[in-house]
Amino acid sequence: MNIEAIKSIYFFEMARTRRTLLQSVVSPVISTSLYFIVFGAAIGGRIQEIDGVSYGAFITPGLMMLTLLTQCIGNGSFGIYFPKFTGTIYEVLSSPVSMVEIVLGYVGAAATKGLMIGTIILLTASLFVDLTIAHPFVMVFFFVLTAISFSLFGFIIGIWAKDFEQLNLIPMLVIPPLVFLGGSFYSVKMLPPFWQAVSHFNPVLYLISGFRWSFFEVSDVNPIFSAVIILAFLTACMSILAWIFRTGYRLRN
Amino acid sequence: MAPIVSVSNLSKTYASGFQALKGVSLDIEEGEILALLGPNGAGKTTLISIICGIVNPSGGTVTVGGNDVVREFRETRAMIGLVPQELTTDAFETVWNTVSFSRGLHGKKPNPAHIEKVLKDLSLWDKKDNMLRELSGGMKRRVLIAKALSHEPRVLFLDEPTAGVDVNLRKSMWEVVERLRASGVTIILTTHYIEEAEEIADRIGVINGGKILLVEDKAALMSKLGRKQLRVDLANPLDGVPETLSSYNLTLEGDGHCLIYDYDTSAERTGITTLLAALAEAGIRLKDISTRQSSLEDIFVEIVGAGR
Repeated sequence: MNIEAIKSIYFFEMARTRRTLLQSVVSPVISTSLYFIVFGAAIGGRIQEIDGVSYGAFITPGLMMLTLLTQCIGNGSFGIYFPKFTGTIYEVLSSPVSMVEIVLGYVGAAATKGLMIGTIILLTASLFVDLTIAHPFVMVFFFVLTAISFSLFGFIIGIWAKDFEQLNLIPMLVIPPLVFLGGSFYSVKMLPPFWQAVSHFNPVLYLISGFRWSFFEVSDVNPIFSAVIILAFLTACMSILAWIFRTGYRLRN
Repeated sequence: MAPIVSVSNLSKTYASGFQALKGVSLDIEEGEILALLGPNGAGKTTLISIICGIVNPSGGTVTVGGNDVVREFRETRAMIGLVPQELTTDAFETVWNTVSFSRGLHGKKPNPAHIEKVLKDLSLWDKKDNMLRELSGGMKRRVLIAKALSHEPRVLFLDEPTAGVDVNLRKSMWEVVERLRASGVTIILTTHYIEEAEEIADRIGVINGGKILLVEDKAALMSKLGRKQLRVDLANPLDGVPETLSSYNLTLEGDGHCLIYDYDTSAERTGITTLLAALAEAGIRLKDISTRQSSLEDIFVEIVGAGR
């Protein structure tokens, strides 16, 4: 294992976060605070508790997931796409590093950034609402696995993308509707039966629901299902990556 | 001694169907400078990319230091430094960070003393804290060389290293190359500047249409294919080459003021003595005589032309 190379890629990527602190960290914190002000204070005051949880607290796990998913996909895809775009990828490809090590470096950095920002949002949320985490280990399980699997997903998008439009296609057009319609701001039980059924086809619903359960022990679906879904997604991403490594898809062919 | 790089029957067909290499075989000896010449699209960069691990081969094998570049890529890539053709740099990184990053990628522990030496050798030391976007094109080229040397490679690939580089910088680059050769590093370079290959290389390889047309010791190549030309300036112009001189295949140039005679230096008889005697016999008065050796460029044009 080329530990030095993994460290080099990881810290090189983390250095980018330091350079773009405003964009990477401050911006998601501000947008989350705005959500809390609008949904929590202005509108939330008029919404009664959901399953015994105040509305402001109820939306916190959903907001964390919204940011975590967007950030991990964005960082994971940009980290590998940018060297492809500028041509500096030649150096990584001609170095004595295996694809697994490349992924550990890039995806490790993307997941770390996502987790950092998710944690900052949790801390920001705790300034606005009273938060208790009923099952901290389960919370960390969902938090970390979601960060890793969506950073991997981002990495795949970064390899697949041929231009900036393709790079932004999934993070901008696919993820936000899935997160918004996945019960970030409401319980799907509030929907008419038909839309409840439709919502169950949305994989993000399971992530948010499981994550929320770890905070408040309330959920739209059984948290075991949520764990199965996130593990299945992780497995799917790893299988696609294994295929990419084997074939050299869009990197070495 | 076993070659440091051995390419055997290498082929590459890209996804688009373009066949960039068609059964290339080539051995590179340790410590030599090999210049690869070829027109654009000849397959030079694809060949280098496969040896360095950037592109997967479609067929054939490549070994570096006896290790296969696909199966034992860790060993081979650790030995190789690559300076790419394009000026690809991370615009927002500093010189020091980007060169240190390259060393880490190659699995070497940080060694600030070595990085400092490399930067000083390439006159980059005073730019070490500058961001790459602040550097000129020539300076960026030096940074790419510094990155390739950061992990102390045994084999260095220079893909068109002097493209777009001014004369002074080019000269100082070749000084660095000479020093590297003296320290035992094997160097493979591609260049469009044939006079550079002529000056610096030990051996010349010519590649065109995905095939190696020839690999030869430079001196041997020059003497084997190098033709000489005798130029005879005449005191009085001629209307045509006299019948008595037809066997020499002379050409008349400069409005009849100059006779050109091509001869082969490796031939037993060059025919110069008899030609001069025949000229005297024909009553042709000479003003001046000069000879000219064909350059590597002439040879290159001849080989590539014949290969078409």
